[in-house]
Amino acid sequence: MVAKLDDYLRFNETALNLRAQRQQLLASNIANADTPNYKARDINFAETLQGAMDGKSTKVPPVELARTSSGHIAGKASGDSGIGGSPLLYRTVTQGSVDGNTVDMDVERNQFTDNAVRYEAGVTAVNAQIKGLLAAIQPG
Amino acid sequence: MSLSNIFNVAGSAMSAQSQRLNTVASNIANADSATSPNGQPYKAKQVVFKAIPYGNIEDSGVKVDQIVEDQAPPKLTYDPKHPLADANGYVAMPNVNPVEEMVNMISASRSYQTNVETMNTAKNMLMKTLTIGQ
Repeated sequence: MVAKLDDYLRFNETALNLRAQRQQLLASNIANADTPNYKARDINFAETLQGAMDGKSTKVPPVELARTSSGHIAGKASGDSGIGGSPLLYRTVTQGSVDGNTVDMDVERNQFTDNAVRYEAGVTAVNAQIKGLLAAIQPG
Repeated sequence: MSLSNIFNVAGSAMSAQSQRLNTVASNIANADSATSPNGQPYKAKQVVFKAIPYGNIEDSGVKVDQIVEDQAPPKLTYDPKHPLADANGYVAMPNVNPVEEMVNMISASRSYQTNVETMNTAKNMLMKTLTIGQ
């Protein structure tokens, strides 16, 4: 019974979670608009959500050095953090700046607002689901 | 929680931008300081930002990594009556470029405002989240 309730709400819960994490990513881009050599990042939301629902990870594992002797030092690149099993992607630069920063404030603000509205839409959807459940368990 | 991390991210950016504004104020205030405690004319200061991690995202927030002094030579002004004038009548004045500082000031102020809006949006989203199920 509880598992069914969980399944019923899982999709919107996962979507809200990813939206919240993407919101932080976009906030980071806005916050670092003046940081030299900062590269703006984003995720492919549709793919990430699909991956999170299927429980699959599209993240590339960090590169490791091949070792031919036990005395060799294990060299391991620090893997990118990623969101929900998907890698963080870099934005394509349209107008590069001299200090190597690739944040385009118009794009970031646009995505930030868009993501916030979609998050609120998600919240409304969850609320509607819960209202439906309540209506079902209450005597007419 | 990613949404409350946004407060940290935007907050760190606001603090960094206000430090930048502080150096701008300092540079403009000292634009005519021909001498300083070390006997040299004032040197313009600039902040260098650096990305720092928050939550599970690397390079998320901002902090002021270092404050560097502008290495441009001092502006030599001809003023023989000035007490600090050299044998040829030139006074070494600070290397502050007022135009650059004004641009920096506007940029810092706009970035600060943007981060305030970021924070407000995050707050609205959190408030909306708290109404789930009501």
